[in-house]
Amino acid sequence: MNSLLILPILIPLVTATLALLFRTSSHMQRLIGVAGMAALLVSVVFLFTDVYRDGIQVLQAGNWEAPFGITLVADMLTMLMLGISAIMGLIIAIYSIYDVDKEREQFGYYPLLHVLIMGVNGSFLTGDIFNLYVWFEVMLIASFILLALGNSKNQLQGALKYVIINLFSSLLFLFGVALLYGMTGTLNLADLAQRLPEVENTGLVTTVAMIFMVSFGIKAAIFPLFFWLPASYHTPPVAISAIFGGLLTKVGVYALIRVFTLLFTQDIGYTHTIMLWVAGFTMVTGVLGAASHYEFRKILSFHIVSQIGYMIMGLAFNTALGIMGAIFYVIHNILAKTNLFLISGIAQRLTGTFELKNMGGLYKHYPFLASLFLISAFALAGFPPLSGFWAKLSLVKAGLSLEMYIITGVAILVGLLTLFSMTKIWMTAFWAAVPEKGVPEHFGKMPLFGAGKLYIMVVPVMIVAGLIILVGLFAQPLLEVCMIAAEQLLNPSLYIEAVLGTK
Amino acid sequence: MLTVVGLIFIVALIAPWIYRVLQDKAGWVLALVPFSSFLYLASFFPEIAAGGSITQSVTWVSMDLFEVNLAFYLDGLSLMFGLIITGIGTFIVLYGSGYLANHAYLPRFFTAVLLFMGSMLGVVLADNLISIFVFWELTSFTSYLLIGFNHEQESSRKAALQALLVTGIGGLALLGGMVLMGFASGAWEVSTLLNEGDIIREHPHYLAILLLVLGGAFTKSAQFPFHFWLPGAMAAPTPVSAYLHSATMVKAGVYLLARFHPVLGFTDTWMMLVGGFGVVTLLISAWLSLSFTDLKQILAYSTVMALGTMMMLIGLGTELAMQGLAVYVLSHAMYKGALFMVAGGIDHEAGTRDVLKLGGLRSLMPISAIAAMIAALSMAGIPPLFGFIAKELVYEAALGANFWAVGFITLAVLANIAIVSASLIVAIRPFYGPKTETPKKAHEAPFLMWIGPLTLAVLSALFGLLPFIVDSKLMVPVASAVWGSELDFYLSLWHGINLPLILSVVTAAAGVGVYFIWDSIRESAPMKVYQMIFARFPVQVYESLVNGMLNLAGFQTRVLQNGLMSNYLITIMVAAIAAVGYTFFTKSGVIFNPDVSEVQIHEWAIAFGIVISLGVMLFFTHSRLTMVVAAGIIGFGLALIYLMHGAADLAMTQVLVETLTVILVVLVLIHIPKMKESRSILYNSRDAIVAIAMGTLMTLLIFAVTAVPFDAFISEFYADASYPLAHGRNIVNVILVDFRALDTMGEVVVVAIAGLAVYALIKMTRAGAEKDVKK
Repeated sequence: MNSLLILPILIPLVTATLALLFRTSSHMQRLIGVAGMAALLVSVVFLFTDVYRDGIQVLQAGNWEAPFGITLVADMLTMLMLGISAIMGLIIAIYSIYDVDKEREQFGYYPLLHVLIMGVNGSFLTGDIFNLYVWFEVMLIASFILLALGNSKNQLQGALKYVIINLFSSLLFLFGVALLYGMTGTLNLADLAQRLPEVENTGLVTTVAMIFMVSFGIKAAIFPLFFWLPASYHTPPVAISAIFGGLLTKVGVYALIRVFTLLFTQDIGYTHTIMLWVAGFTMVTGVLGAASHYEFRKILSFHIVSQIGYMIMGLAFNTALGIMGAIFYVIHNILAKTNLFLISGIAQRLTGTFELKNMGGLYKHYPFLASLFLISAFALAGFPPLSGFWAKLSLVKAGLSLEMYIITGVAILVGLLTLFSMTKIWMTAFWAAVPEKGVPEHFGKMPLFGAGKLYIMVVPVMIVAGLIILVGLFAQPLLEVCMIAAEQLLNPSLYIEAVLGTK
Repeated sequence: MLTVVGLIFIVALIAPWIYRVLQDKAGWVLALVPFSSFLYLASFFPEIAAGGSITQSVTWVSMDLFEVNLAFYLDGLSLMFGLIITGIGTFIVLYGSGYLANHAYLPRFFTAVLLFMGSMLGVVLADNLISIFVFWELTSFTSYLLIGFNHEQESSRKAALQALLVTGIGGLALLGGMVLMGFASGAWEVSTLLNEGDIIREHPHYLAILLLVLGGAFTKSAQFPFHFWLPGAMAAPTPVSAYLHSATMVKAGVYLLARFHPVLGFTDTWMMLVGGFGVVTLLISAWLSLSFTDLKQILAYSTVMALGTMMMLIGLGTELAMQGLAVYVLSHAMYKGALFMVAGGIDHEAGTRDVLKLGGLRSLMPISAIAAMIAALSMAGIPPLFGFIAKELVYEAALGANFWAVGFITLAVLANIAIVSASLIVAIRPFYGPKTETPKKAHEAPFLMWIGPLTLAVLSALFGLLPFIVDSKLMVPVASAVWGSELDFYLSLWHGINLPLILSVVTAAAGVGVYFIWDSIRESAPMKVYQMIFARFPVQVYESLVNGMLNLAGFQTRVLQNGLMSNYLITIMVAAIAAVGYTFFTKSGVIFNPDVSEVQIHEWAIAFGIVISLGVMLFFTHSRLTMVVAAGIIGFGLALIYLMHGAADLAMTQVLVETLTVILVVLVLIHIPKMKESRSILYNSRDAIVAIAMGTLMTLLIFAVTAVPFDAFISEFYADASYPLAHGRNIVNVILVDFRALDTMGEVVVVAIAGLAVYALIKMTRAGAEKDVKK
């Protein structure tokens, strides 16, 4: 038992409550918002060292022995996800200080952000399938309100699509949980993992697996279930787009990884082959969607979809290298994608628009910002020696070692198309001359650092860019930890033993 | 060696600050970096000349399934390339600081060019397959930045992208090839692989590996039909063209194939592919160079020709060809670097690069004229210059080819005729003849800009006259490295009167002849057609591929992401039904054995009521109000079912929630305008079919699952433990607040947030609406 496990849920809850209490003071809200995320990060670091040192950590909530109560479980995958979500939470909280307007602050931006993180963390930590549903609901309501907050027509349209499609996913999820419970009489993941193989009709288990694939697939925005994402992610303030683009879909990916390594491994030849196809289509349709758009954030949104495909591909390989690659890809992608969204926000502050055709001159006037963009964009495209390179390399190696040439080839080519749409942003917003009309007066005059306080937005971007480079240059530690996570996942008995004790 | 490469990168990143401190002296200081690297590499001369090699390795990533080392390997081949990169690099830094003096982007130029230098040095020194790829990609990236140097011009941006995509796709192929090669042999270091050629050649993946590696090499080294990006890359400022797109980066593909010759070479496939592509490239591009009047375009196509020659030599795969390759690479780097720099000087001082607008610059730019003349004669292969030795060896190798010898020599001679004329055009047209009016008043280029070309030109003469300076020390180790085992030879200008010499005389004579009728050849219709087919057409193919991809992307996105919520939902539901239904029917088999004997008549009635309401909702109304009422009926029906099965508390909750929902929704509906038009029957039927399918599937699934025996151990535990352990008599309560309290906490948060949301949405509506009005 390790009581630290509750902190990643409790700290955001307490922070959200405190922030609500100080609703009228922007100043206090910001302070609480940032401090809460920092505290969260500290707690995650402590928990991480425990998991790294002693293996999977478990907390039986209310001290009710599993499988009767709800179990919180922290294995290496959980820790990696918690870690990256805490880092991103802190980055976003800082960025929000400048990006999010007073009005949104008054109407609960910070509490919502923290409740969102609470839902995300709960999803990573829980060892109970129904409890996972609850955390998904927490996430969904918080993200829905964050999307809608501001009430512009655009936002409401996007938010509506978001919430309706996601509710359908929840419905399927709940239905799947009910069926699982009906077959096994339990909700605890570890217990399920033990009991599912005992169900005689394995075909029925595979059918339920498909329900989860669709439900989590909607959350993860895979083909052909991703429509809600490009319809909504470009509408709210950038800080919100960024945290959504970085984190939310990855919770769906996390859930897929979890159930398709722990629960549904009885017919891998079938389920994982379907996943492989889905991965291919997700990569291709997403990247083509990005190629056909000319708005900064829409391009990025479609890329989220495309890159989910890589992660699903790694999962579908179902080898240590493949799953390690998938996990590494998740972390790298959260860094790079969030950062690109954040940069789009700075670019919008400077040029007054997200439309590429009305942008220009950023390279000439803001070379530092340009280099931050280059780092993130080329990382996203998998260029060495940045973080994305290792993600790409592990997946390519995993695919080729399995002799799965077509999907690996598709993944490689999609990388080129990713590069294509990143250069599209670069060549218009950064390289092209400053457009003649419609440029705000402060363009070229407003410094990144100094008056105007733009640095509040720039510094978080610098930190993330630094992380991208660090992960790229010194990949060993992260690769190693991802490998530990992958090996734990491929060895479900470790998880089961940690939760239920040795039998 | 890691230190050297790392140092160059670090200096590159701080170059803007160095410039800020030193201003126009910065070029000199920065040039020390490549110069000292040159000296460092040169210090290995004795060891390499003695036939040795050096490996250094730093672990980068080391895991069971995953090992990448920053390993370096210095032998003759990498030493020669390293010296070219750092040596010419030194001059380029100086030249660039003159060429771009007072240019606002000079610091950015330094950064990019040094980054490139480090990457390129990495490519040729790296020993590990993956690290080669890492540096390879970095050269593509830096080349992209440098081609787009004049980024406000659309043509520059396009050329940069074109180069990036063409070399990028090759780079990705290379990655595939490298990984397959590593898997095939289990060795990831070149130095190890060099001894394991047989394993690779006999491996079933050999052809795939070869094709992928060739994909990388041919795109990077601008082989036909990928050659078009290189002339496009001339949009870069001249120092960049001289350095990247002539002396170094474009030779990366040549280097790669030379490096892997002992591993992948010696097979028929290799010889025919590499030799074939090389010889086609060399012929096509040599004559293309005569169809342009822009100095840089002429030089660019002659560079493509040289790259083709090098490929041909690698493909020939004979000892003579290896000697030829060594000499040709070195001589080309020197004369072409010099010529590009002179061309840049002319452009810089006279304001144009069009040879038709230039003339008589000899007296105004005497040093440039001398450098140009020596370098051009070397390019033309005229004795006693180094280029002559190179060309003789090329001819000898082509004559001695094991296959297609007549073809190789014929095409080589034909191509070299064009190159002789091109050399004369470059060396004579701008400098001799009557003086012309140029956009700028021409004068000699500054010292920074002529020292490089002059030194390289002088070296071309020196190595030609005294070939023993380089032959045993450098050329022999290079050729041996490419050959895979020790070779022994020496170079000399005079081999007696033999067939290559006669062919050289013929080439030179014909070349001079072509030079004199160049104006009419250039303007002739066949030449225009030739240029159209081989220079413009590949670009058009590239562009139509890009546009085709964009059209496909646009089409696909309009179809998928069409903005219609109903389509999205239907697609998702159909996908769900297909995935789950297909699996269910094929894997599990339908288990449908409902026992209806105990179903009472009133229960049937309730079920019937629910179904009718559904039907009303789906088909028979367009009124929102009716729909809400129908939904309410369904809810109440469910509550009745709960009640009949003993779940009184659940039924109560259901009734409350349902009532409240209907009232609230009706209240909201008052404010919403009526549905505009009724939807067509087609749409309604589609929705109905999907809905019915979904419902049926779910029902069948529930039947199937209830057929599995249920283990109620958890409910039993709750029943047993509720009072003694949790001290609560109401089991449901205890579950909610104790056994599964965490769920409840989550749901409480959901409700709280929903409350907050309602407040925010209502209060903020006015604010939002006001904002919209303002816009």
